[in-house]
Amino acid sequence: MLPKAKLWLGLVVAALMTLSTNLQAAWELNMTRGVTQISRDTYDLHMQILWWCVAIGVVVFGVMLWSIINHRKSKGAVAAAFHESTKVEILWTVIPFIILILMAIPATRVLTEAYDSSESDLDIQVTGYQWRWEYRYLREDANEEEVAFYSILSTPRDQINNDLPKEEHYLLEVDKPLVIPVNKKVRFLVTSNDVIHAWWMPAFAVKKDAIPGFINEAWTIVEEPGIYRGQCAELCGLDHGFMPIVVHAVPQEEYDAWYAGQQQAAAATRAAANNVVTLSAALEQGEEIYNRICIACHQANGTGLPPAFPALAGSAVVNGDVEANIRLVINGVPGTAMAAYGRQLNPVELSAIITYIRNSFGNSTGDLVQPADVNTILQEAQ
Amino acid sequence: MSAAHDDHHHGPAKGLSRWLYTTNHKDIGTLYLWFSFAMFLLGGTFAMVIRAELFQPGLQLVDPNFFNQMTTMHGLVMVFGAVMPAFVGLANWLIPMMIGAPDMALPRMNNWSFWILPFAFAMLSSTLLMDAGAPNFGWTFYAPLSTTYAPETVTFFIFAVHLMGASSIMGSINIIATVLNMRAPGMTMMKMPLFVWTWLITAYLLLAVMPVLAGVVTMMLFDVHFGTSFFNAAGGGDPVLFQHVFWFFGHPEVYIMILPAFGVISAIIPTFARKRLFGYDSMVYASASIAFLSFIVWAHHMFTVGMPIAGELFFMYATMLIAVPTGVKVFNWTATMFRGSMTFETPMLFAIAFVVLFTMGGFTGLMLAITPADFQYHDTYFVVAHFHYVLVPGSVFSIMAAAYYWMPKWTGHMYDERLGKLHFWMSFIGINVLFFPQHFLGLAGMPRRVPDYALQFADFNWISSIGGFMFGASQLILLVVVIKCIKGGPKATAQVWEGAQGLEWTLESPAPYHTFTTPPDPKLIHAQ
Ligand code: HEC
Ligand SMILES: [Cu+2]
Repeated sequence: MLPKAKLWLGLVVAALMTLSTNLQAAWELNMTRGVTQISRDTYDLHMQILWWCVAIGVVVFGVMLWSIINHRKSKGAVAAAFHESTKVEILWTVIPFIILILMAIPATRVLTEAYDSSESDLDIQVTGYQWRWEYRYLREDANEEEVAFYSILSTPRDQINNDLPKEEHYLLEVDKPLVIPVNKKVRFLVTSNDVIHAWWMPAFAVKKDAIPGFINEAWTIVEEPGIYRGQCAELCGLDHGFMPIVVHAVPQEEYDAWYAGQQQAAAATRAAANNVVTLSAALEQGEEIYNRICIACHQANGTGLPPAFPALAGSAVVNGDVEANIRLVINGVPGTAMAAYGRQLNPVELSAIITYIRNSFGNSTGDLVQPADVNTILQEAQ
Repeated sequence: MSAAHDDHHHGPAKGLSRWLYTTNHKDIGTLYLWFSFAMFLLGGTFAMVIRAELFQPGLQLVDPNFFNQMTTMHGLVMVFGAVMPAFVGLANWLIPMMIGAPDMALPRMNNWSFWILPFAFAMLSSTLLMDAGAPNFGWTFYAPLSTTYAPETVTFFIFAVHLMGASSIMGSINIIATVLNMRAPGMTMMKMPLFVWTWLITAYLLLAVMPVLAGVVTMMLFDVHFGTSFFNAAGGGDPVLFQHVFWFFGHPEVYIMILPAFGVISAIIPTFARKRLFGYDSMVYASASIAFLSFIVWAHHMFTVGMPIAGELFFMYATMLIAVPTGVKVFNWTATMFRGSMTFETPMLFAIAFVVLFTMGGFTGLMLAITPADFQYHDTYFVVAHFHYVLVPGSVFSIMAAAYYWMPKWTGHMYDERLGKLHFWMSFIGINVLFFPQHFLGLAGMPRRVPDYALQFADFNWISSIGGFMFGASQLILLVVVIKCIKGGPKATAQVWEGAQGLEWTLESPAPYHTFTTPPDPKLIHAQ
């Protein structure tokens, strides 16, 4: 090749490569290969079928295109008289059948593997709620401190409403991610508290429906430490698009340290139920919780979206008897979207949120609810 | 017969009462087709709202609740209001003329089955104006989102579905009765045009599954209002049961929307290839096998609900099998074109696009059948792309092909070929720009039915929206073509198309109000 031609070729290739790497993030075309054996097997399966389809397409569409170009009346083509051929028809029934068998064999193998959830190292119960996930690490010893928490979208509403610029992980970020150790078989016991959700992590090739009243099993062995992002995949109502899943896969030692820290924090929270809080601290924490959880339905300024979601501003409950208000938030309103937050928030958080709504949006009861007040009612509810 | 009675036979009544009281299959066909077109525009408007909201990341135009109402209403209106009535309209117009019958077997019921529909859809659409809002739980209305957690308007939805079901059941009884009893002498089953065959099979499918749909919405009604717990786990019910019953209806339903399309394409391709359809017999058997298989594949919509592995394998294998008879059809159409003498008028363009794009939808369907891969595809835009490829350039293109193909027979005028071609190319380009990028979106991980999305999905979404607006706008061309064709245009001959075969082309254009009051000459009936 001439030196000049080589130079040009080199330039073009380099340009194409920079372009394609730049575009890769936004113009992602294909399924992720993921970070587990199953996800790679699934990817290979996907590519294999895709190529079969491409090959069949090239043959069929090729014949069609060739006929369209050559067998047109304007070119003087005269129609042939044939209209059946048993031989050909048997052939094109049998060949696809054989191809299907060739596809079914690896598919069966991968499915059998994916369904083997036995002998796990760690079990985590995953519960879908409108619209958040709860992760509960199952203990071997019931006397151990339990680690369980909610994982909620942390993208600010202002970004969703286009008042702030959107950041890199827009809609794919949560306040508390699920943490799991790498190279360990983690089993997920997936269920739901209300409607059907689906827990989907593309990088693990795990997608399981979370169905109220049923527990589904899924599992994964993540091979590379990292932060992985997914979403709820089953329409679950208003904020279905806003319940992401984030998983941190970390080395075992890091996981152990994190887990111990969570246990300590859980113990501390229990102890804090007896603390006395100040009004300013309660209002600050309450506002934070409101903007994280209640805002989806009751809206930023407490106006709600009547008739589905009532206003808290001027509400009779919020401005009435404190104890009734605490009970409502703890127990929710069965049969409506108002969940029982007694199961989701701890006494400190509950007291803060109730203090906050009773002193915001124009409500001015001046009440300061203490964790202990909430705790009494919580105890009797259980 | 009295002389007075004879008078009725000369032509239609005047004014509105013609349409209200008509029992004439051609009038009722026209009503169905116009109704379907109106619903197509309504459902299309909902789709435009969806694509406009998804044009950019963030919430711009509608709130998530209204967005969910739009996806739900779009699906319901397109499936039950646009596609199904269009095929019933075509059946009304064409089946009697194709088999040499004077009318449908049950003309009064025919009138009733049409006139139920406007009420059903008025009831469904009126929920948009109610405080509680329209149904927002997806056209698949999974419980308990559609029961315990549904807006109050769910009851209107349930009654609307009941009405649509009643209409469909009556329509299919009528078609079965007509095809089995009213064929002209000499029109044996194996001489019937494929459109008649595929509709006969479709009618049986409808009869089998519409009552199942009625059953599932009735169970919902009881759960919502009468305290039962069919689908409520807290009361001992099973939310997954809902999905089994729904998809036992829902899977045959997708074949209900494609089998008549196969019939249309099998009429058009031979005409414009000027060559007999390749493999008529195998077409009939393939349609019947597809119909049979459609009853044993429903749970491939539910691979992630946690079925036992034996169930997953059974439904995977059964689903893959459907590729065989479907392949036979595609190969037959290709073989019909092969060594033909082709011209490319608008109906043929739509028919060829149907074969190519429907096949692409078939390929992704095969991919979706592979259970482990489906775990990644399920409930993403990949599925959205798949079923829109089979339903829009599939069913809808076949309906448009049929409209162009038979319009001269219906109106007596040729349509404007230039506008027709413009409509085709705009639709063809629009639809691919609209749906092809959605494959990439799904594979990259975008779930379906979300009003907002992460930033890496932004580019393909705006491209898709542009395609959507283009496709939507180009349907107005169709409206212009149809109105122009009704008003005038070059006079159509009886034959209309050089290569057209079949009894309807022996009638003058426009087809007289009453046709085949005496059976046609058996010599006119040829093997297809
Ligand atoms: C998923 C939507 C949703 C979320 C999130 C939500 N609520 Fe509600 N809330 C409702 C609904 C619906 C009702 C009305 C229930 C009924 O029909 O009585 C309600 C009622 C209430 C009421 C009673 C209002 C009245 O006047 O009857 C209070 C107080 C309340 N919610 C507080 C909260 C707090 C505090 C939070 C956050 C921790 C919260 N809600 C989060 C949906 C929600
Ligand atoms: Cu969800």
